[in-house]
Amino acid sequence: MRFQALFVIAILVVGGLFWGAADAVHPFGNPGDAPMDEYFLRNAQRERGANNVVTSIVFDYRGFDTLGEAAVLFTAVSSVAALFRGKGWQ
Amino acid sequence: MIGNLPYFAVAALVIFGLFGAIFGRNMVKIAVAVSLVEAATNLFIIALGYRNGGSIPVFTQAGEHAGYMVLPTPQALTLTAIVIGMATTALLLSLIMMLYRHYGTLDVREIRRLRG
Amino acid sequence: MQHPLSCIVRTICNAFAWFVVVFGVYIIVHGHLTPGGGFQGGAVVATFMALLLVSHGATKCLGWVRTRFFYLMEHVGLLTFIAAGFLGIGVTFFYNVLALRGGLFGSAVALGPNSGALNTAGTIALMNCAVGIEVVGGLSMILLYMVQGVLHVDKPTLRGKEEAGHDR
Repeated sequence: MRFQALFVIAILVVGGLFWGAADAVHPFGNPGDAPMDEYFLRNAQRERGANNVVTSIVFDYRGFDTLGEAAVLFTAVSSVAALFRGKGWQ
Repeated sequence: MIGNLPYFAVAALVIFGLFGAIFGRNMVKIAVAVSLVEAATNLFIIALGYRNGGSIPVFTQAGEHAGYMVLPTPQALTLTAIVIGMATTALLLSLIMMLYRHYGTLDVREIRRLRG
Repeated sequence: MQHPLSCIVRTICNAFAWFVVVFGVYIIVHGHLTPGGGFQGGAVVATFMALLLVSHGATKCLGWVRTRFFYLMEHVGLLTFIAAGFLGIGVTFFYNVLALRGGLFGSAVALGPNSGALNTAGTIALMNCAVGIEVVGGLSMILLYMVQGVLHVDKPTLRGKEEAGHDR
């Protein structure tokens, strides 16, 4: 029973920290200065020839992160296939 | 406080998810609570990049507001985060199926008591 | 999971399943023009497998599909994605050599807001299709493996409780 009270106090402390952080982030709607995003919005259509700026960031300006994400998906599928393998399964 | 309402919603979702993950007794409810924390994280990343009066960062559908768009980089990062969250949830559910096959119950306290 | 659902559900599934595939392929292919792309469209196409498994029952549906097909789709998708990254290795890895050069996927696009053309955006369009094929294969394989795992739970493990999940 002692552990449960400790966990409740820990969750309340973490929740209070999250609440304070939500108050201290920049106000919703004006993020301030964003030089990298301004560069993307101004030059993505002229340099890469794509109408969708988000897709050109995901596959062209930051294509290496997408390679890591495809590898994570592949690892998840092979892990599920490796879990369901044995004498009892098909 | 009312101006930052999306961030307070994110904090509330994280608190609910943590509460469900620590005090849950059914293993499937623990998996649902972990998925809730991941959804709250994605919402936080997207809400960081909003600009008042901005339009969608796609030139095919921006129309006449094409001069002032919302920031596109948080949306690109959220795509990766959603796929990784899905991979984590798939593995979590597969491990729950293996545990049920081995122990015969979904109660976490029973599994802590039985040994092997 | 083994038994099919009622006749109404099966009829709606038969009428609706292939339109889901067409919609998902539209989202994948037009990824450089409208919101969408490889990952989102691949998830939409994978709901075709989920719809079939739930409506017609797992025992019948596992007799229709072979796991080898989705295994090949996933591997072909990932290898095409890496090969498209090596196309521009003269400048750097993942360089967009096909954009704005004429030929395949190479037209220029008008600046400012416009209704786009499908022939633009270089290797971005190729990578969309490759990642879409990979996500379809991967998600369908996860579904098929988990359903095979549900079907093969042997009886002594249940310990007298027939309904899974009701343990109190």
